[in-house]
Amino acid sequence: MSPQLRRVVAVGIPPVVFGLLLIGAWQWWVVAFKVEPFVVPKPSDIWSQFVDQIDRVRAACVVTGFNALFGLVLGALVGFGVAVVTNRFRLVAELVNPLAVTVAAIPAVVIVGVLNNMYALDSQIGRRIMVTLAVFFIVFVQVTKGLRQNDATQLELMRSYAATPRQVLAKVRLPNTMPYLFTAIRTAAPIAVIIALVSEYFGGTQDGLGSKISGTLNSSNKALGFAYVLGGSVVGLLFFAGSSLLEYVVVPWQRRRHVR
Amino acid sequence: MSTTVAREGVAVRAAGVGKVFDVGGGRRVDALVGVDLVIDKGEFVSLIGPSGCGKSTLLRLIADLLQPTSGELVVNGKTAQQARLDQDYGMAFQQSGLFEWRSVERNIELPLELKGWDKARRRARSREMLELVKLHDFAGQMPWQLSGGMQQRVAIARALAAHPELLLMDEPFGALDEMTREHMQAELLRICGEMGTTVVFVTHSIPEAVYLADRVVVMSPRPGRITDVVHVKLGRDRSELTREAGEFFEKVTEVREALRRPDGSGDEVDSAQEALNLRGLGVDDR
Repeated sequence: MSPQLRRVVAVGIPPVVFGLLLIGAWQWWVVAFKVEPFVVPKPSDIWSQFVDQIDRVRAACVVTGFNALFGLVLGALVGFGVAVVTNRFRLVAELVNPLAVTVAAIPAVVIVGVLNNMYALDSQIGRRIMVTLAVFFIVFVQVTKGLRQNDATQLELMRSYAATPRQVLAKVRLPNTMPYLFTAIRTAAPIAVIIALVSEYFGGTQDGLGSKISGTLNSSNKALGFAYVLGGSVVGLLFFAGSSLLEYVVVPWQRRRHVR
Repeated sequence: MSTTVAREGVAVRAAGVGKVFDVGGGRRVDALVGVDLVIDKGEFVSLIGPSGCGKSTLLRLIADLLQPTSGELVVNGKTAQQARLDQDYGMAFQQSGLFEWRSVERNIELPLELKGWDKARRRARSREMLELVKLHDFAGQMPWQLSGGMQQRVAIARALAAHPELLLMDEPFGALDEMTREHMQAELLRICGEMGTTVVFVTHSIPEAVYLADRVVVMSPRPGRITDVVHVKLGRDRSELTREAGEFFEKVTEVREALRRPDGSGDEVDSAQEALNLRGLGVDDR
């Protein structure tokens, strides 16, 4: 076994075993105490529902996944752009910053309610806007931080090269924000999925994971509801893995910061 | 004194240069008072002194990263600001300040990029500089893949990429281990000797100051000022043997004693006084 593989196994095995033990305990608890399936279903039932209904689960996952992705990309773009502009112009910063914080402090449920009333019942726009808002705030805060934290030596060098402010922005400040941007995207990715799901839960088109979960968890087939929850976990993990990979590829120096 | 490339004239002339920092709350600190200093082209000058003596401030004034509150400063025959805008000097710091997202060669090419050189010319020059610092096998590597000493060599290659006549260095070897440090010192002397570069070198290491310099400018804090100038007559061909020469130790002792004098008046040591008279610079009378 190669050292890399051995490390992956050493790091990966314990949490997998721990997770399996927890599921086993859950199964034993439901069977031993004869818990009714409409209260808490058995993991084995959830799994068989997940396998049997995989087409329906997958369809709902795609809808929610796309809503989350849409908001993640748009929110990251807008958050990055607004951070750059507010960093450049103090007046804009003074106008935007309090507003951004205020919007971030409003519970998502309230905003979703308003948005659902604004758009047609078969529209995905409301939930996408909600995800965009959540991602925007995370990215905006991180990128603003990145723009302010520059290496003093790099800035002095740029001054010694008689660089213009525009050149300093392009060659120092923006590259310096990349680790912050991609860390923010990695943080925001699973949150985007959750926000999309929760937004779907509170009305609108009935094709996403959130709608399916709210529909089935209250029905007698609780195991199917949990199968949708499992689908949501899978989407969240995929988002996290994808954004981590993106960070690994785009900002490789983040892996080993040894530059003095 | 002989240099491989002969350069005539004055590289830096400071006359009565002072710098006052406003530290807030109405308090002001004299970082530097009455600095008179003339550095000839091709000369290697070390600035040494305890922290707070203003040696880094003086270097930053020459680089126009700071502006003097009083006095006059001429760099390459023009104002310090004009010299900076013309990119007349290269600079290196204790931190290599390499750009993590740029490969080694693209780091070296950055100052040339800002000078508007085309790509082919930049690439040719970065290759030449990599040969000079003996890192030609590392052109495509990223900075974080190199050791600290190698990163500092890249920083020096970058500082010299535009072939500046003047090189300003602020404790560039301060973060390196002793072995790497001595090696880098020898390399720096070789490179600057080949290119005839004028060097102003800030350090707090006495042996480093003496080994490298033609002249060691000794500075004192509160207020920051020049208190002594020690001429090091070791010639330009210095090797590892120089570090073991009697003359070397004499100069190290001389600098150490100059640093130890509390008021830095310099009256006790004749050689220091003589050094000042030789070039007519150094101590401010006030």
